[in-house]
Amino acid sequence: MNLSRRQALALGGAVVTVSLIPIDFAKAASDATMADIKTFTGGASVAEGGIELTTPEIAENGNTVPISVSAPGAVSIMILADGNPNPGVATFHFSDMAEPSAATRIRLAGTQNVIAVAKMADGSFTQTSRSVKVTIGGCGG
Amino acid sequence: MAKIKPRVKVPKSVAAGEYFTVKTLINHKMESGQRKDKKTGKKIPRKIINYFEATFNGKPVFSVDIQPAVSSNPFFQFSMKVEEAGKLAFKWVDDDGSVYETAKSIKIG
Repeated sequence: MNLSRRQALALGGAVVTVSLIPIDFAKAASDATMADIKTFTGGASVAEGGIELTTPEIAENGNTVPISVSAPGAVSIMILADGNPNPGVATFHFSDMAEPSAATRIRLAGTQNVIAVAKMADGSFTQTSRSVKVTIGGCGG
Repeated sequence: MAKIKPRVKVPKSVAAGEYFTVKTLINHKMESGQRKDKKTGKKIPRKIINYFEATFNGKPVFSVDIQPAVSSNPFFQFSMKVEEAGKLAFKWVDDDGSVYETAKSIKIG
């Protein structure tokens, strides 16, 4: 590939811009994600902590990213991928025979935050999120 | 498509009241509805497993509402405990209405 000096500089600038974006995204989830959380919680306030989400820090292949989640006392846990075309991933439901923990493999379209929201037996909600770097995206292609 | 065959891994015998791990896998393409056919440029329609459920002697244990962001050949792992022997049944529901089922018997001891 032959790059002129001008092109090379433009490319470098683009890379810097892209690498800055995730910092802004770290806090605020997308509107679609917030809407999904609201549907799940019915508008109730969501606390932080009390739920553990395990994801790889870097996923080579966004088509199968192993994740596991556990939240003592939870009856349901919803998993969301903030940067996917549709943020919903899966919702686990636990009866009293099951331990409130589960593992699965999910698709991530790109580097993004994975969010877990747990509904506790007493009706309260708690959430956590983890950022996953994806080298090759897993949607479309 | 290859014949859909569910696979589950459950201990043959377990201790009463102690948690054990259950692993399940089913071969399914989980077509997300986002992909395009390279030749025609049209979107390939969504076809996924949208629900998974495990029941023990008819009582619910664990279930999942599944969306297209779950990988192909969906894998689920969970932990459960039982107080008596019985049958652990698994059910997967496809978008086209097909239901795939399998079951394992669990002994105490």
